[in-house]
Amino acid sequence: MVVVGRIKKGAYFDSVTLMNVARELSHMEGVADAAVVMGTNENRAILAAADLLTPEFEASGDTDLLIGVRADTDGIAEAALIAVDRLLENVQGTADDGEAFVPKSLDGALDVVPGANLALISVAGRYAGDVAARALDRGLHVMLFSDNVPLETEVELKARAHSRGLLVMGPDCGTAIINGVPLGFANAVNRGPIGIIAASGTGLQEVSTLVSNLGSGISQAIGTGGHDVVSAVGGITFLDGLEALVDDAETEVIVLVSKPPDSEVLDRIRKKLAKIRQPVVSVFLGTEPEGPNGCRTLAEAAFRAVTVALGSEPEGVRGLLLGGDDQEKETVERIVGERSSGQRYVRALMSGGTFASEAEIVFAGIGLNDVHSNVSSGRAAKLDDPLRSVANTIVDLGSDEFTVGRPHPMIDYSLRVKRIVDEANDPEVAVILLDVVLGYGSNLDPASELDDAVREAVSKVAVVCSITGTDRDPQNRRAVRDALEGAGAVIAESNLSACRIAGLIARKLGVK
Amino acid sequence: MPVSDLFRQELRVVNIGLSSFKESLDEVGAAAVQVDWRPPMDVSDESRRIIREHAAQIEVANVKVMDIILRGMPQLVGLARAIDVIPGMKPNLILHAGPPIAWERMCGPMRGAVIGGLIYEGKATTPDEAEGLAASGEIEYAPCHEHSTVGPMAGIVMPSMPVFVLKNEEFGNVAYCTMNEGLGKVLRYGAFASEVIEKLRWMDSILYPVLDDTIANMGPIDLKNLMAQALHMGDEVHNRNRAATSLLYRVLAPEIVRSCSDSRAAVEVLEFINGNDHFFLNLSMPACKVTLDAARDVPDSSVVIAMTRNGTDFGIQLSGTGDEWFVGPADVPDALFFPGYTSEDANPDIGDSSITETNGLGGFAIAASPAIVQFVGGTTSDAIRYTLEMYEIAAAENTVYQIPYLNFRGTPTGIDVVKVITKNILPFIDTGVAHREPGVGQVGAGVLTASEEPFKRAFEGLAARLAK
Repeated sequence: MVVVGRIKKGAYFDSVTLMNVARELSHMEGVADAAVVMGTNENRAILAAADLLTPEFEASGDTDLLIGVRADTDGIAEAALIAVDRLLENVQGTADDGEAFVPKSLDGALDVVPGANLALISVAGRYAGDVAARALDRGLHVMLFSDNVPLETEVELKARAHSRGLLVMGPDCGTAIINGVPLGFANAVNRGPIGIIAASGTGLQEVSTLVSNLGSGISQAIGTGGHDVVSAVGGITFLDGLEALVDDAETEVIVLVSKPPDSEVLDRIRKKLAKIRQPVVSVFLGTEPEGPNGCRTLAEAAFRAVTVALGSEPEGVRGLLLGGDDQEKETVERIVGERSSGQRYVRALMSGGTFASEAEIVFAGIGLNDVHSNVSSGRAAKLDDPLRSVANTIVDLGSDEFTVGRPHPMIDYSLRVKRIVDEANDPEVAVILLDVVLGYGSNLDPASELDDAVREAVSKVAVVCSITGTDRDPQNRRAVRDALEGAGAVIAESNLSACRIAGLIARKLGVK
Repeated sequence: MPVSDLFRQELRVVNIGLSSFKESLDEVGAAAVQVDWRPPMDVSDESRRIIREHAAQIEVANVKVMDIILRGMPQLVGLARAIDVIPGMKPNLILHAGPPIAWERMCGPMRGAVIGGLIYEGKATTPDEAEGLAASGEIEYAPCHEHSTVGPMAGIVMPSMPVFVLKNEEFGNVAYCTMNEGLGKVLRYGAFASEVIEKLRWMDSILYPVLDDTIANMGPIDLKNLMAQALHMGDEVHNRNRAATSLLYRVLAPEIVRSCSDSRAAVEVLEFINGNDHFFLNLSMPACKVTLDAARDVPDSSVVIAMTRNGTDFGIQLSGTGDEWFVGPADVPDALFFPGYTSEDANPDIGDSSITETNGLGGFAIAASPAIVQFVGGTTSDAIRYTLEMYEIAAAENTVYQIPYLNFRGTPTGIDVVKVITKNILPFIDTGVAHREPGVGQVGAGVLTASEEPFKRAFEGLAARLAK
């Protein structure tokens, strides 16, 4: 094995591009590991941890591109280094076709497209605050996809936005739908009378797609970012977004989605709700429902919102979405009957953080014991080692320990695929629970990514899977559903339903 | 304005970051523009904070500076000997291009030009003697820029040399520049052979009096108007001065014939100007200088008022930071080399001619100059991209100098160091390239981005003043 490193001075690429390049390199024959990163201190630490920190990297700076490769031979390593240039050229080629000028800044862009009204910002967190501040100064609303933005910067930005009648969605806002346009990781949903405010990205995706799949639609879906509802931020975006939906003639029903807000923020929200014309459906995951339209789960909130909007319950879908019906019972019993002795645990391998939380809540709700999670909110025990499941386990594969230096699991399925096979080989495992999230920005062919692993797994265990998405998404929910069903997975119509089925199987087997 | 107004407008998105988001927006047919964002240059957090907090104050100052620059009216009013007109000029003083530099640190071409200058001046008879004198401490050196003067390449101005005199009609200030010697073996590239000195003597004895009489007879020539026309004719008046030289020739020729009783001298002068496409460079440069100098010393302004190189260092001055130079190493230009030469032969960037870029011309106006796009990648769209990029760091758009292809949009004018740092975009300069050895001359022409260091230092320097 040899380790070689090279510095490209003054080259800048965003981390996603670089990670994709690194992934391509790692797939080359004879390459054991590869990293392509900007030369920041943090990145050098990552390289050191991966044993890819060669001496020439010591003196690198933030704007240097570092390429490290561990390979069988010098020749292979050299070939990999050359491949980097080609892969990066491809990226640059798409950014600049040699004809059109691509503006280098927000101001430059506003010269090209006057009248722009929203800045979608996904630059590295430490720069995002300045970029967002400039956008607000220029009178643009902001969706801040970037994470790792300091809390005080968030407060500053939101206060400034509030005083100017502008909205800052985020930081760490993964998804929004404004005027029917999906932003970030959003789905292609119908337009309709239901407006959403969500402090949770996957929560917003689940509710908006379920609403759409139930035949209703979304007026606006505003993401706030997860920190908005802590007391330091005070729910500025949540409240301003709520006010905007109240003003919006198209919005007849409002859905609020969040983890439990800090109490003073919740008080402010309650105060606001007392004065508004529209019915409000709320799901504050992990708290007792409030009011006539308070819900415990995302699917319930979507179902409830559509019911309120239509004036009556959508027919024939309650059980599919919410469970508790005969069909659910039959499915659970069939799968339980097919298990061999000793198989008794559920392993939930989730890509959506909110789905992992919902699994914890649902498992607790149906009385499943001995549950462990790497993102436990208190109902489950804290999983000491996220790489090793214990009894009934929920793993959020999108949490930091899995995503440093690699794309989010909604994009890169490789970790999850490997984990599915590992869990299926555990003789105590009865069922594997998955969420598949579709939409813009997500992996374009999740069924193919999962196919081999699911086929292999279902020869030993059951695989239960929800699919968040619509038939108009780039991946097409129906096609994904058919493919995964073909591979042997049991497909549920909501994350709630999938969690219930998987949890009920484990509960039954556990008491046997 | 309530947030809900957004719901009644068409969503128009500026996407800054992941280009896949832009692709999704394109897919659903939403109006979106991608920004090719890059992180800001590495400056201290403290200076960034100060600059941010003083943004309004800086903006007010910059508006004032740009008003002065855009209103500047450079005119050629005559010729004179350096010692008679240049402020502070004295018999043992030699002016040079770029920021201040001592003999010991001067590059080859600049040393060569000093040697040639001393021989021309009659202070030495051999190169060895001149070199000894140059290093003796008897000779003083100062930047042209500090004496209302600019000079191309080595930019050597000797006390007895004749210089163009330019006046800013709007503000009354004056600037100076020597006359252009043409191509081949010339002093500005550090050549000092006898033919170089002979040509300088001819310029002194024939060219100078003929032009002096001519201008005296015809009155001032409006250079701003002439440069604006030249831009419409394919010049950017830095690396290409063919149209401007031709226009000047048309203005001068009848008057030279009328003024000059010695017809042989008149022919020589006309042939000299006609044979040198760069004759006008030594007028476009002081025209920019006299325009920019009027806008010096406006407190708090982040606009660059001088940007120049001496072949060793690259230096800039801001309007808001007085006489302070912010200096870093000069880079070797990315050039097309004349046959037989490579970048190995090239001297680091040299000359005051980047005063043109500082005033919204040269590289900033390269979209107006399709004939020289081979320097910037070969296609006109490359040239257009360069100019469009310079709008990102410009404090204003010119009201007179225009780019025909861009629908007569004013050239990007006034380099704002705050924009340079925060957008991480360096000014783009087109330039000639000197051989690193004295006496060889020009080896190529090309482009380069300005050195990073001086801009970072200027940003920190401005912040330090603002904090006081």
